[in-house]
Amino acid sequence: MKRALIYAGLLALAVFYLTPIYVLVVNSLKDFREVSLEAMWQPSDHPTLASFVRAWQGAPETGMRGLGQNFWNSVYLVVPGVFFSVFLGSLNGYVLSLWRFRGSETLFFLLLFGMFIPYQSILIPLVRTLQATGLYGTIPGLVLTHVVYGLPITTLIFRNYYAQLPKDLPEAAQIDGAGILGIYRHIVLPLSAPATVVAVIWQFTQIWNDFLFGVVITNRPTVQPITVALNNLAGSFIVEWNVQMAGALLAALPTLLVYVLMGRYFIQGLLAGSVKG
Amino acid sequence: MRRKWAPVLLILPSAVLLLVFVYGFIAWTAWLSTTNFNDLFVRELKPVGLANYLRLFEHPRFQIDLKNTLTFSLIFIPGCLGLGLAGALLLNSGVRFEGVWRTVFLMPMALSFIVTGVVWRWMMNPSTGLNLLFERLGLGFLANGWYTDPAIGIKAVALAAVWQLSGYTMALYLAGLRAIPRELYEAAEVDGASGWEAFRRITLPLLTPVTLSAIIILGHISLKIFDLVVAIAGSNGGPGFSSDVPAVFMFQTTFQANRFADGSAISIVLLILVSFLVIPYLRWSLRQEVRE
Repeated sequence: MKRALIYAGLLALAVFYLTPIYVLVVNSLKDFREVSLEAMWQPSDHPTLASFVRAWQGAPETGMRGLGQNFWNSVYLVVPGVFFSVFLGSLNGYVLSLWRFRGSETLFFLLLFGMFIPYQSILIPLVRTLQATGLYGTIPGLVLTHVVYGLPITTLIFRNYYAQLPKDLPEAAQIDGAGILGIYRHIVLPLSAPATVVAVIWQFTQIWNDFLFGVVITNRPTVQPITVALNNLAGSFIVEWNVQMAGALLAALPTLLVYVLMGRYFIQGLLAGSVKG
Repeated sequence: MRRKWAPVLLILPSAVLLLVFVYGFIAWTAWLSTTNFNDLFVRELKPVGLANYLRLFEHPRFQIDLKNTLTFSLIFIPGCLGLGLAGALLLNSGVRFEGVWRTVFLMPMALSFIVTGVVWRWMMNPSTGLNLLFERLGLGFLANGWYTDPAIGIKAVALAAVWQLSGYTMALYLAGLRAIPRELYEAAEVDGASGWEAFRRITLPLLTPVTLSAIIILGHISLKIFDLVVAIAGSNGGPGFSSDVPAVFMFQTTFQANRFADGSAISIVLLILVSFLVIPYLRWSLRQEVRE
C-alpha cells in the first residue's frame, strides 16, 4: 500500500515535469499543414523535421530570420567564455585556499557577494564601458562580461575543492624549492579534473542560457546569442508555432545533452552554486 | 612563505576586475541614480538628491511591481520547497529506477528561462494548451486566462518558475537527506518512534540548513526574475503590468526610454533588497566554515 502511494507520487511528479517537454517535442515534429491549436495535444501523424529546418534557416520570403547563425554565435561565445572563466577561477581558488594572505577572507566575501548581485545594478556602467572600448555589440564584449561575472562562482567551486586536498603535497614541494606557480602547475593542476568538470558544466549552462547580458549588449540580430533570437522569434506572431517549438528545442539541445551525458557532474555543479555544497 | 606578494600578484587581475566591474559599477550606478540623467541629451549631469527615488516609490507601476515580486515569491519559494522536499523524500525511499525518475525531475533545470517561457506561453494560452486539456478531461472549471488575465498574471509566471526550479530544490534536499547518518533512524526505531516522529524530529531539523540555503537562492532569483517574464508576458509585463517586475521595469526605463537615472534608482532598490537577504546569509555561512 505504502509502496503504491510512493509510486503514484513519483508518477504525478513525472507528469508535471514531462508535460511541457511533451508539448515541445510533439509539436516541433509537425509541419505547418499539420499544426493547429486544436490538435496541440495529439502527436503528429507524419513526424517530420521540416520545422527544425525552418527554425534553423528561417524563411526569407516572410522576412523570418533563422536561428542557425545565432546558434553558432552562442558557440563562439560559450567556448572562450567557459575557458577563461574556469582558468581564472582555478587560479583564484588555488590562491584563496592554499596561499591565504592578509585580507584574503575579505576578498573572498566580496567575491561571493558578486555572485548574488542583481546584474541590473551594473548594466548601465557596463554598457557605457563596452561602448567606450568598442566592445559593445560584439561577441568578445559578451565573452568578457561572462568571464568577469562568472569569476565568483568558478572561484568558489575551485576554492572548496582545493581546500579538501591533502596539505602535505604542496608543503613537501615547497620544501623542495618549488614556487607558487610550480606547485600550481605540477601538483594542483593535475589534480583539478573533478572541479574543472563541475565548473565547466556550470559556466557552460550559465552562458548558454543567459538572456539579460545578450539582450543588453548585442543590438544586431547577426551577433545575438540564440536565447535572444529565440525570444524575438517567439515574439513575432506571424511565425507558425511549430517552428517556435523547434527553435526552443534547438536552443535547449546543448545544455540538455550536457545534462543527460554528465548528469552526476551537472548536479554537483548545481549544488556548488548553493555556496555550501 | 618565501614571497609574500606572490599570491597577491596572482589574484590581482581578478581582484581588479571584481573591484571595477562589480563594486566600481555599483558605485557608478548609485551615483547616476542621484542625477538628472533622464534622457540622452542631458549635457551636464547635475545632482538631484533622492528625487528619482521619491518619484519611483510614488510610481503606480513600481508599486505594482513590488506587489508582484511578493506574490511571485509567495508562490515560487513555497512551491519549490514543497515539491522539492516531496520529490526528494520519494526518491530517497528506495524506489526502483531512481536514476530515471531523478533524470526526469531535474530535466527542466537544464533549460534556459527563455525556452521555459516559450513552452509555457503556449501551455497557458487561453484558447489552447492546458485549458483545452482541462476541457477534454471534463475539468473545464479549471480553465482560466492565465497570463492574459490581469487577476492572475504573475501567478501564471510563478507556476512556470516552479516547474523549472523545483528540481533544483529537489537536488539540494536529496543531497541533504543522503548526508543524514542512518544510525539516527535506527536508534529512533529502537526507541519505538514512528516513521512520522522520526521525520519530524530527525529529518526536518537536520534539513534546516538546506531549507535556509534554498530560501536564499530562490529568494534572490525572485527578486531578479526577468527572462521568464519577458518570454511569457512580453517586455511590457502583460496587460495592466499584471506580470511586470522591477527588473523588466528597469530594462524598459533604461534601454527603451533612455531614462538612465530612473533605471539606476530601480536597480539600486533591487540591490538593497537582495543585500538584506544575502549578506547575513554569507556571513553566517562563512562563520560556519571557520568553525568546521
